[in-house]
Amino acid sequence: MDSGDFMGVLPELIVVVTALLAILADVASKGRNPSAAQGVTVLGLAVAAAVALISPSEQTMLMAGQLFNDGFSAWFRALFAVAGLATAIFSPLYLTHRKIRLGEYYSLLAMCVFGMMVMSAAANLLLFFVGLETMSIALYVLVSFRRDDAASVEGGLKYLVLGAFSSAFLLYGMALIYGGIGSLDYVAIGEALRQSDGIGPMTVTGIGLLLVGFAFKVSAVPFHFWSPDVYEGAPTTITAFMSTGAKAAAFVGLIRVFGVALILTSEHWTTALSVMAALTMTVGNFVALRQTSVKRMLAYSSIAHAGYLLVGIVAGTPQAFAAAGFYLIGYALMNLGAFGVLMLINQRGKGDYSFESLRGMGTVYPVLGLMMSVFMFSLIGIPPTAGFFGKLYVFSAAIEQGHLWLVIIGLLNSAVAAYYYLKVVSTMFMAKPEGDVAISQPFAYKAVLAISSLLIIVIGLFPDQLVTAMLRAVP
Amino acid sequence: MLEFLYLIPLFPLLGVVLNTFVLRGQPEKLVGGVAAAMVGASFVVAAGAFFQLLGMPAESRHFEQELFRWIVVGNFSAQAGFLADQLSMIMMLVVTGVSFLIHVYSIGYMHGDAGFRKFFIYLNLFVFFMLLLVMGSNYLVMFVGWEGVGLCSYLLIGFWFTDELKASAGKKAFIMNRIGDFGFLLAIFLLWTTFGTINFREIEPMAQAYPVGAGVITAICLLLFMGATGKSAQLPLYTWLPDAMAGPTPVSALIHAATMVTAGVYMVVRSNFLFSLSPMAMDVVAWVGGITALFAATIGLVQTDIKKVLAYSTVSQLGYMFLACGVGAYTAAVFHLMTHAFFKGLLFLGSGSVIHGMSDEQDIRFMGGLKDKMPTTYKTFLVGTLAIAGIPGLAGFFSKDEILWKTFESHNYALWAIGATAAFCTAFYMFRLLFLTFFGKFRGSKAQEHHVHESPKLMTIPLIVLAVLSVLGGYVGVPHALGGHNNFHEWLLPILSETGEHAGAHHGVPTAEYVLMAVSVLIALIGIFVAKSWYLGKSSLVESLGKSGTRNLLYNKYWVDQIYDTMISQPLVKLSEIFARYVDQGTVDGSVNGLGATVSGIGGIVRKVQTGVTQNYAVIMSLGVVLLLGTLLWSVLG
Repeated sequence: MDSGDFMGVLPELIVVVTALLAILADVASKGRNPSAAQGVTVLGLAVAAAVALISPSEQTMLMAGQLFNDGFSAWFRALFAVAGLATAIFSPLYLTHRKIRLGEYYSLLAMCVFGMMVMSAAANLLLFFVGLETMSIALYVLVSFRRDDAASVEGGLKYLVLGAFSSAFLLYGMALIYGGIGSLDYVAIGEALRQSDGIGPMTVTGIGLLLVGFAFKVSAVPFHFWSPDVYEGAPTTITAFMSTGAKAAAFVGLIRVFGVALILTSEHWTTALSVMAALTMTVGNFVALRQTSVKRMLAYSSIAHAGYLLVGIVAGTPQAFAAAGFYLIGYALMNLGAFGVLMLINQRGKGDYSFESLRGMGTVYPVLGLMMSVFMFSLIGIPPTAGFFGKLYVFSAAIEQGHLWLVIIGLLNSAVAAYYYLKVVSTMFMAKPEGDVAISQPFAYKAVLAISSLLIIVIGLFPDQLVTAMLRAVP
Repeated sequence: MLEFLYLIPLFPLLGVVLNTFVLRGQPEKLVGGVAAAMVGASFVVAAGAFFQLLGMPAESRHFEQELFRWIVVGNFSAQAGFLADQLSMIMMLVVTGVSFLIHVYSIGYMHGDAGFRKFFIYLNLFVFFMLLLVMGSNYLVMFVGWEGVGLCSYLLIGFWFTDELKASAGKKAFIMNRIGDFGFLLAIFLLWTTFGTINFREIEPMAQAYPVGAGVITAICLLLFMGATGKSAQLPLYTWLPDAMAGPTPVSALIHAATMVTAGVYMVVRSNFLFSLSPMAMDVVAWVGGITALFAATIGLVQTDIKKVLAYSTVSQLGYMFLACGVGAYTAAVFHLMTHAFFKGLLFLGSGSVIHGMSDEQDIRFMGGLKDKMPTTYKTFLVGTLAIAGIPGLAGFFSKDEILWKTFESHNYALWAIGATAAFCTAFYMFRLLFLTFFGKFRGSKAQEHHVHESPKLMTIPLIVLAVLSVLGGYVGVPHALGGHNNFHEWLLPILSETGEHAGAHHGVPTAEYVLMAVSVLIALIGIFVAKSWYLGKSSLVESLGKSGTRNLLYNKYWVDQIYDTMISQPLVKLSEIFARYVDQGTVDGSVNGLGATVSGIGGIVRKVQTGVTQNYAVIMSLGVVLLLGTLLWSVLG
């Protein structure tokens, strides 16, 4: 490992050290006060994000060709660190409210971020798998972190069982690809496919199983069943983190594996993937439509967003991947923000996440209401927000590749989605507040919300800057 | 200064940010002062840029500032950029200059209002969008400004939104504007598909390749003009403007007289290279403008609300500007736009001062004799009235006369007659307003009489400045016939494709021009005389006139609002009721319920699957795997 390698993996190293320090900090406080662990995590992830963004990201390989060090990995390493950072800032309010005082929560969060970073930078299927499992195992624990809550524990167990199930497919697919092509290395696979004139049944089966593994992680229909239950049961902070960070990590992997390494085999899987995309958008939206719990609604709508993103993968061009990257960044901001506001409001009353609990809160807390409106408008895709341009770029890339009907389905779905997102806004502003409306709003918490809503607007006003950066970064 | 062009819209935006986030809870003077100072700063930069432009040779007086690539999707691309040329420079100066005065005035006028800070936030935001509108280097930036000012107009008309009537006036304005905006948007689409660009200076040379009367150009022009009729309150979309008077009076002065409503005129002049290629569109513009000028002026004859009279007057004057555009006299249109901004801004602010002094009374039947009680307001109002009536020596004379002359010169005699008749009406209703308000006996209540006072300095100084401009503003465009050089005309000429241009230079003895000038002065004097003989000292006439049928027709504004209501609104409501009952509740709900049943059916399956039994999930996943692998293998083997 030369110094270049060292500098290249510095963000990962910082995150691992952060995870270890968080444990130590917790031990030092004798497990009574998790705020030390939280502080360490916030600081460490902030540094990691900054390092990831400023470190030079030319299109090079690290660690003897095991890791990509390109623009895409730089942007997404930063995104994961930021998602973890935001989650860590949101967490104390949520955890204290539920009397959870375990510092290892933060350490696990940092480990998750580490796993995501490896997933997004891996240049080898095995390494990707290691990253995936690092993230997943930490997530299994985090999902069931509310040990006294049946739903939480059940969610964690389900995630574990089904995750293992899907990992089996993933691994078996890798084995078959190795058997068919002779390598697990992305670049080598791409090269081998260029040399060969077509693939055999073994390779195609491998590709199919690999796709199943990815589809599970991005919660594409019909491999999505775990996600509503898990999102519902998990602590809301972790739901927010999973639906943004974990999803983005899986998508970056999907782009690297299917969008680049296996792109020459796309004739075999494009149709299947577009059917999956259409189903995912539609099922996610229609089920979200009928939810009475905002948390569950956001969980289902995150399935729908995975569907829009899959449209970008189907399109299969660098422009489409840049658009997907743009979309993922915007989506992380708006979904984290939406969950953030939801959790703030959720402090009061019965602590459920029903639409009822939002009644009139926008009139009581106008700034909060305004920010929630920004998040919702962006989730719908109304200009000038990041969400609008994300959809615009993804869909226009798909149209250029002739996937008109997919785009039409996507647009119809966006219209459906407007209903349940606007319901949040209208409940917050049009209804009269009831009962006790007092909530505490820690400064850092509100700052995260303010920055994300501002960024959504700024990206919406100056979309070209980000999409150009994405085009340069795309693998 | 040109390189700092971007600062011009940035200052008002900064004002919005400061007042929204920083100056919360600060005293009124600071809030209003900062807002006014921001607009003042914009004016200073604009003035600097103007002088720099003035120093350049005439043909190279343009400066395009590209800020950033804005939207690039597929082969569509739009830049965010500003353009400073002869035309946009004038607009920048008028917008920032008049806005500054009105900001200052508003500090006095809005004193004590609960929404004081909000008012200035909206006002600054309006100036920002208005500047985007006039400074944009392409149609999309213009459109953003266009929509933005529409939004601010809506917010400010319904500023006192707890009053249902005012809130619905705001909605009416918004909806009427949306109809026009639809046309504008279609025009932009058509421009893009025709030229592959939406930048003004890029389209101009390309448009020259099209023959005169090309269908696509006519379509673009008519769609653009549709947008203009909405924003600039022309027939048939003018009805929102009189209702917009529900907003605070400085808003009426700034948005609904001096700046925003002239955006349509600016847009047409900006697109002159397109309009000049379409004689048909030009005719439409000229006739709509001419008829609106007369139509609105006749309504103005009998209105009793001081602001309503001025509102119809604004519609009428905007009609003049379109008339000028339609006969190809673009410089006359812009000239009148500028002088109108001065004297109409002045008249509105004056009326605001009167309303302020009269404890919120707006009905001129209950005013009278304010001449001595509000001397500054009276004198400045008199100047404005003389200017709009077209009395020689004041700004309105030069600009209105140029329009009428150009109309005559282009052989549109019918339109000239319409314009001249409207000029008579203008002189009449303005002096009627002046006499009823400032002369005669006081007709209001005792409490009001006790209360009447001259407005504070903050309000009267802007009045004085605007009065001075209403006099001097015309001297930049004194016609050759009167021994002037018409500098205004010369300044704008390089970027305009005027049709009657060759006529500008030939002048031997401009007899016809003299005669027409004399005629229009005479017309104005007759209007004043009639108003004097009817209203001065004979307040009985004020009431008795209400009986005649004509007056009824005019007072009720030709029943246009009612016609729209019965012909359009009511049928729409009926239609939506039908849709609601049969299509929505019947078909849609039916199918949704059907779908709901299906969804529930599927949902039943989904829910059955989503019972939480992990094994079921695994089974379905496995089925999915089988299907997926099946299709993949089929693609290889099949």
